[in-house]
Amino acid sequence: MTQRLNELRRSLLVSLWFMLLTFPIMVIRVNTITGTVRWRWTNLAVIGIGSFFISVVWRYAMQRKAGEAQAVGILSRVGERVGAGTKKIGAVLDIPKVRTRLVGGLLAAAVAYPFLNSMYHTNIMITALTYVVLGLGLNIIIGLGGMLHIGYAAFYAIGAYSYALLNMYFGINFWLALPIGAALAGLFSLLIGLPQLFGIDMRLQQTTVFVYFIMLAVVILTIFVVHRLENSRIGRQWVAMKEDYIACQAMGVSIAKAKLTALGIGAIWGGLVGVIFAARTTFINPASFTVWESVIILSTVVLGGMGSIPGVFVGALVLMLLPEYLRPFAQYRMLIFGALLVTMMVFRPSGFIKKRRKAYTITEAERQSVIKAELEDDGEVEE
Amino acid sequence: MNYFTEVVLSGLTRGSIYALIALGYTMVYGIIELINFAHGEIYMIGAFTALILASVLTIFGFNTIAILFLAGIIAIVYSSMYGYTMEKVAYKPIRNSQRLSALISAIGMSMFLQNYVRIAQTSDFLPFPRIIPRFPWLSALPVSMSSSQFMIFSSTAVVMVLLTLLIKFTKIGKSMRAASQDKIMAKLLGVNVNKVISLTFIIGSATAALGGILISSYTGQINFYIGFLAGIKAFVAAVLGGIGSIPGAVLGSFVLGLTESFGAGYISSDYEDVFAFIILAVILIVKPAGILGKGQIEKV
Repeated sequence: MTQRLNELRRSLLVSLWFMLLTFPIMVIRVNTITGTVRWRWTNLAVIGIGSFFISVVWRYAMQRKAGEAQAVGILSRVGERVGAGTKKIGAVLDIPKVRTRLVGGLLAAAVAYPFLNSMYHTNIMITALTYVVLGLGLNIIIGLGGMLHIGYAAFYAIGAYSYALLNMYFGINFWLALPIGAALAGLFSLLIGLPQLFGIDMRLQQTTVFVYFIMLAVVILTIFVVHRLENSRIGRQWVAMKEDYIACQAMGVSIAKAKLTALGIGAIWGGLVGVIFAARTTFINPASFTVWESVIILSTVVLGGMGSIPGVFVGALVLMLLPEYLRPFAQYRMLIFGALLVTMMVFRPSGFIKKRRKAYTITEAERQSVIKAELEDDGEVEE
Repeated sequence: MNYFTEVVLSGLTRGSIYALIALGYTMVYGIIELINFAHGEIYMIGAFTALILASVLTIFGFNTIAILFLAGIIAIVYSSMYGYTMEKVAYKPIRNSQRLSALISAIGMSMFLQNYVRIAQTSDFLPFPRIIPRFPWLSALPVSMSSSQFMIFSSTAVVMVLLTLLIKFTKIGKSMRAASQDKIMAKLLGVNVNKVISLTFIIGSATAALGGILISSYTGQINFYIGFLAGIKAFVAAVLGGIGSIPGAVLGSFVLGLTESFGAGYISSDYEDVFAFIILAVILIVKPAGILGKGQIEKV
């Protein structure tokens, strides 16, 4: 009881601290033209009460994370249920049959999506899928190769510009520009790594659906390629490089080569999507490809779960769809988004879906048989 | 007054401001190896707090000197409080997880603080009051220097000297150096590492806030987004000089400031950022750890 009182007292102190901290910015509003000050005391009360409750929940969550929370109250029981539930879901998902059905279902839903929803929703989805591909491309560089890259939007820009310029000056159509843009982005990435729409006349509605399907196809292609890459010789080299630089070199892997291939192959997806982006919006300028864009792509990868394909997929969808559907709270959406990123990293630093490492669990019977065999070997030597 | 000295002065002014912000980046990186993306936001909050306080004090009829000191000091204290709280909320709980998580947390913090100021105050540009008084004796100098420029140079110089003294000769400075070399060993020798990290954030935030107040009274207007742009530039300066090294951050800032103003002054002002980044790329190719950075020797 005293402990809980103590906790409440600390939360009270936290709320007082935040009331002090936010005072000048939240309470005082000066109109410099008329020379009047508005004191917004209600804001102070909101901050005080809000930070008190957030602090109580935050402390509790922290203790739980540290594994020292006592099993009291409704909160912990809910937490346990959720924990057990996710484990169960995870186990069910491991069954191959369930997996194929799930993937099939998702695919069917994805194909049906533009016909069941309005153009507005389809457009949002295209953007979200764009970020899935960008996220997966960056994932090759960060999640597999272990290189921090905060300029990924540049590759995206190269793709977009190569389409725009090729189309404008040489009349090269979308399909031909797609591989050229991707190749150019790949080439440019190597340059950086060294120091270390349509001819067919279509209505707007048709165009949107068309772009949606191109995007969907690109997403599927990306997932397929990245998945295959992950298990390939190059993919394993990347992971080895990420895990231990020196050990990897000692095993005969060329670090320079592995780094450049990761950058190059990662950048290709940026270029590819850049071409689609330019073709879709029919207008690009440098403001579309700022550092902020790179930061958002990086966030999708880390939030979703570095190195994990479903993780990046979910991360990109959540990150792009959430702000879009939070538009009713337009004023607050970026605030909520920022707070969400911090909270996520504090309580689940490995992202929504953690990358599962290939592991082999030895059963008790196997272990016993190995021990037995070893004992027999030893016996022979002694004789 | 020739054009050349004007360009040099403008470059040095930029350099000083970058240096004040870059210090915080480099100190934090030196100790916990975190690129504190939200550092620019502290600079912006410092400027905003000073603006609000200065306006309120003007309405209450204080004189200029009192406004300068009160608004300046309270704003710096507040920014330090923000820096301290930010570390406790967003970085301390994830100090032991992978470095990218801390970076994302910092990005989240940056978004949060930007939008917090935008919602609580305004998204428009606000005129920043001229809190720096005119120094009439400046016109006696051979070069024409505005009083804000003079304040920027002199405060940067004072901060650099104080910081160097603090780090070289005090006990706190010693424990900071120890913690940046080896946190576990420092802990074993009785250094309170948590306190040292908090202190680093407080000092870094204070210098950033000082930079924010000075540059805002120089440019005359602010909005909620100024921190992001300045933060990126200062980060480039810190990397240029060798991230983690304090003299390196200062040197990098002046190199960046002068390059930008020479590029803008003699070639074209459209490409000033391009010059800054070309210099960065060239220096990093020649010296990957930055101008004064020490190359890391990996031991097996």
